[in-house]
Amino acid sequence: MEGTAATDAGHQRGPRLSKDARPGGRPPGSAQARSSAHARRRGRRENLSGYLFMSPWIAGFLLLTAGPMAASFYFAFTDYNLFDTPQWVGLKNFSDMFADARWQKSVEVTSKYVVIGTPLKLIAALGVAMLLAQSRRGQAFYRAAFYAPSLIGASVSVAIVWRALFTDDAVVDRTQQLFGMNVGGWVGDPDWTLYALVALTVWQFGAPMVIFLAGLKQVPRELYEAAEVDGAGPWRRFWSITLPMISPVLFFNVLLETIHSFQIFGSAYILGGQGNPCGPADATLVYTCYLYQQGFENSRMGFASAMAWMLVVAVGLVTAVLFWSQKRWVHYEETAR
Amino acid sequence: MTLFPRKHTGSLAWHLGALAVLAVVLYPVVWVIGGSFKPGDEIVGSLELLPTDPVMANYTRLSEGIADIPISTFFLNSTVLALGSVGGVVVSCSLAAYAFARIRFAGRNLMFGVMIGTLLLPYHVVMIPQYVLFQKLELINTMVPLLLGKYLAVDAFFVFLMVQFMRNLPKELDEAARLDGCGHLRIYWSIVLPLCRPALITSAIFTFIHAWNDFMGPLLYLNEPEKYTVSLGLKMFVDQGAVADYGGMIAMSLVALLPVLAFFLAFQRYLIDGMATSGLKG
Repeated sequence: MEGTAATDAGHQRGPRLSKDARPGGRPPGSAQARSSAHARRRGRRENLSGYLFMSPWIAGFLLLTAGPMAASFYFAFTDYNLFDTPQWVGLKNFSDMFADARWQKSVEVTSKYVVIGTPLKLIAALGVAMLLAQSRRGQAFYRAAFYAPSLIGASVSVAIVWRALFTDDAVVDRTQQLFGMNVGGWVGDPDWTLYALVALTVWQFGAPMVIFLAGLKQVPRELYEAAEVDGAGPWRRFWSITLPMISPVLFFNVLLETIHSFQIFGSAYILGGQGNPCGPADATLVYTCYLYQQGFENSRMGFASAMAWMLVVAVGLVTAVLFWSQKRWVHYEETAR
Repeated sequence: MTLFPRKHTGSLAWHLGALAVLAVVLYPVVWVIGGSFKPGDEIVGSLELLPTDPVMANYTRLSEGIADIPISTFFLNSTVLALGSVGGVVVSCSLAAYAFARIRFAGRNLMFGVMIGTLLLPYHVVMIPQYVLFQKLELINTMVPLLLGKYLAVDAFFVFLMVQFMRNLPKELDEAARLDGCGHLRIYWSIVLPLCRPALITSAIFTFIHAWNDFMGPLLYLNEPEKYTVSLGLKMFVDQGAVADYGGMIAMSLVALLPVLAFFLAFQRYLIDGMATSGLKG
């Protein structure tokens, strides 16, 4: 959920800011009555209070966000091992990176993870949300129960449990055997470990589900009734009513979950178990795992910074494409809530 | 209400459907709770949910600690981190949120835009320079790097959540207070904060759970086992020994999740409603 809001960013910005942009705050009558000098002094006082209240945020932004961003941008063009002075190397980190087989592997693993995991998670979320939306009785209970995995899913605990479920001769393997499949455990097999990670992600569909459910509740019932009178079947109603009506919420979830997926770390690191961080055989070498290894295990801070900026570019591109595409498929209602 | 507007979809069928999905989703949870009472070597291979012959060995094993460090040390460290984070987030984020929602100062819209922008920014791009900074300040192996951001309103999500909440509070209240001569600090403290309780609780609990579950932060900054949080203690458990001791690991995993589950059960309404509205407004 830290990410949850992330996505909101886009469509929040416009309406909210403009709403508050008009000079609120002061009682309308008294404002005109005051002299302009008075108003200016008051404005200055407002500024001062504003900056005082904002001072922790401003300090945090400069010290922990803006400053470090500038520094890592510089490091990206240097050879830096944390102890010696950074040496300028130009674009070498980037050319090394593109030629590095493990970097390519990490891009491949992350892409697969994002492209397979995110849609599956969202489909599960929407499907269960639509099921729950049918009835109000018991909905709160189901909603809470389905949501619980989202709270614990990213923990080391659950990664350990997942490994116990997906290892050889464990629950998943035995269940497969019941159906005559001899795939073996997923964790431990380099071709399958990533899918155990995908399953862990899909398991946490509760967070986007809660958001879908809230969106579904706002779809006016009359629309369905009218469509049904006109002879629209369930499939048609889904495509012509449900989907367009919840498209802002869908957009929010797609953006949020995608950006989040790019940054997965802990579960991927732990899942392979002892002696296999991000493994086996780099099976779950997600981008951030490799970034961590290069920066903190190999002390290649310059290379890792270059990697981090490539991640920013990738996330930025995906965000830009999604925002660009929303004109075509996201329908915002004009009425203010 | 969605696909099938008819009321008579059948309440029983609906419950059966929902329960079937729920059974799949919660199977791992029930399995692992049951498994923690099975003998260590039987856990992994057993599909059964409940132990035939419950044993406490996995839990008593925990009293030995991990690598000679008592489990309580990890729990204490995690508690300090989580509660420290909660305090920071509640104070610093609500101050910033109040400024965004209630004070008209020059540059407010710009700062709001920047804050929203930081929501989308991957942490990894600031991770290395932050590490360099804290290393130069000799703060590695302390909680400071993990806590400082919480006191400096770096968690934009919570600022955002609180701004949304504060904007929906009636402005008449603080306007009346201003006419009575109250300053911003007074209005923030006596009027807005008490009315924001739901948003503060939501933020506090999410912060606690995130800090409790956090793995990457402690992995970067804590490198003496005595300083480890529960997440790192668990990782150490995974790494030690020749054969995976699933009994102990699973028992420890469950114990590690207890605070999170307790908070969830106590406050699930705040958590879920907070989540639900985050995606809707605007």
